[in-house]
Amino acid sequence: MNVIETTGLGKCYGKAWALRDFTLAVPEGSLAALVGPNGAGKSTLMNMAVGLTVPTAGTVTVLGGMATGSPAALDDIAFMAQDAPVYKNLSVADMLHLTRNLNRRFDSSAAASRLADLGIPLKKKTGKLSGGQQAQVALTMALARRPRLLILDEPLSALDPLARQDFMATVMTAMTDDGVSVVLSSHALAELERVADYLVVLGGGELRLAGEVDDLLAEHQVLTGPAADADRLAGQFSAVQVKRAGAQAHLLVSDGGPDRAVPPGWESHPVGLEELVLAYLRPAGGGARPAGGGMSSAVLPGSRTELTEVSK
Amino acid sequence: MTIDKGDSPIEFRLDPSSGVPTYLQLVQQVEHALRLGYLKPGDQLPKVRDVVAALTINPNTVLKAYKELEIKGLAAGRPGQGTFVQATLSQITLPELGGLRRSMLGWLTEANETGLDEDGIVALFTSVLRDFFKGRQGARGQGGTGRGPVGGNETEGVA
Repeated sequence: MNVIETTGLGKCYGKAWALRDFTLAVPEGSLAALVGPNGAGKSTLMNMAVGLTVPTAGTVTVLGGMATGSPAALDDIAFMAQDAPVYKNLSVADMLHLTRNLNRRFDSSAAASRLADLGIPLKKKTGKLSGGQQAQVALTMALARRPRLLILDEPLSALDPLARQDFMATVMTAMTDDGVSVVLSSHALAELERVADYLVVLGGGELRLAGEVDDLLAEHQVLTGPAADADRLAGQFSAVQVKRAGAQAHLLVSDGGPDRAVPPGWESHPVGLEELVLAYLRPAGGGARPAGGGMSSAVLPGSRTELTEVSK
Repeated sequence: MTIDKGDSPIEFRLDPSSGVPTYLQLVQQVEHALRLGYLKPGDQLPKVRDVVAALTINPNTVLKAYKELEIKGLAAGRPGQGTFVQATLSQITLPELGGLRRSMLGWLTEANETGLDEDGIVALFTSVLRDFFKGRQGARGQGGTGRGPVGGNETEGVA
């Protein structure tokens, strides 16, 4: 089953395409990371999957073919927008009360015990909590809805390293215990390597790369050797990125793999997730920056303060 | 946050700069622990939930590592309990290991006195090691020495 499936999906704001001809299938049970520069279309994709934004073109379904925004889909998806969206004037206890009454399914005791484990005082106003605690409160609300799919829009950006680790530990534990599938967007490429097992790279509203992280890392490698030989080799392998100096060249190739013979005089190195993502965002030839600059306003301002997707 | 270490004799750690995929690091650490005798048949591997919480990694990564160990015949899952060590990788006894260690120390001292520094020794050792096993593989006409699954009884001479 796929938790998010899109076919030729597109979203147009005025004349600018925030997302275009986007076909993707995110498998169940994985943590899928959406990465790409600001304005690449990550939030647009998430908002359409949740049902907050209506596509201009193409189709999107969730959790094995459910229509986005349908009551059944809303019950099974929890969405946490950017910047730890909690009502700052409400106490933690009032947040719990409110969220319970806004949702058809809500596990109050699980939420209360999780907050107790984290040492978050129920009487305190959420606005007085640390950034990490606010994020944990929002995450606790989202998980208490017992979702099958958890969608997190840049949950880590405002958190310090310890809070990031605690936050991700909570997400990973929910995956282990309840089998929740997770889709999250993040700029913290180095940290994603440990947590993501499915990768989606977006650039300029288009899909650049998608697949299981382990497969992607195994298929790609960097070949280092004499620059004079680089063109011949770039033709032989399919090069994603070529970096060349006077004498030496590095080729990031997509059909390497450990079994493929390395040409004499060349060295092969494994490639990391961060290097791989950056190569796809700045492909061969260099200078071909994704034309996302004009689309950075594609984030829906109204969606930011929503806690989770509330039914109706 | 305190971490319940469970009943396993080992604990995993990750080296983000190694370039080795995370699941493979876990597999290698179990194999390493088996070679050095930290793990014996019957021992429990760390519970998936504990590894996930301790290292903040994806549970599928841990499951993939344990599956790999099962395929290699080194571990087996028991439903509802966890994953347990089934076979051993230690190919020689502890006294034998001690003897080899001493003779290697002698060689290292000699190499160092001759003027090789640590990097030089590593480079030389790696290169000789590779040639040695390449030569043996060719002579025997069979591939994959020492990499396949090692059952309890089969022992390949190492020295």
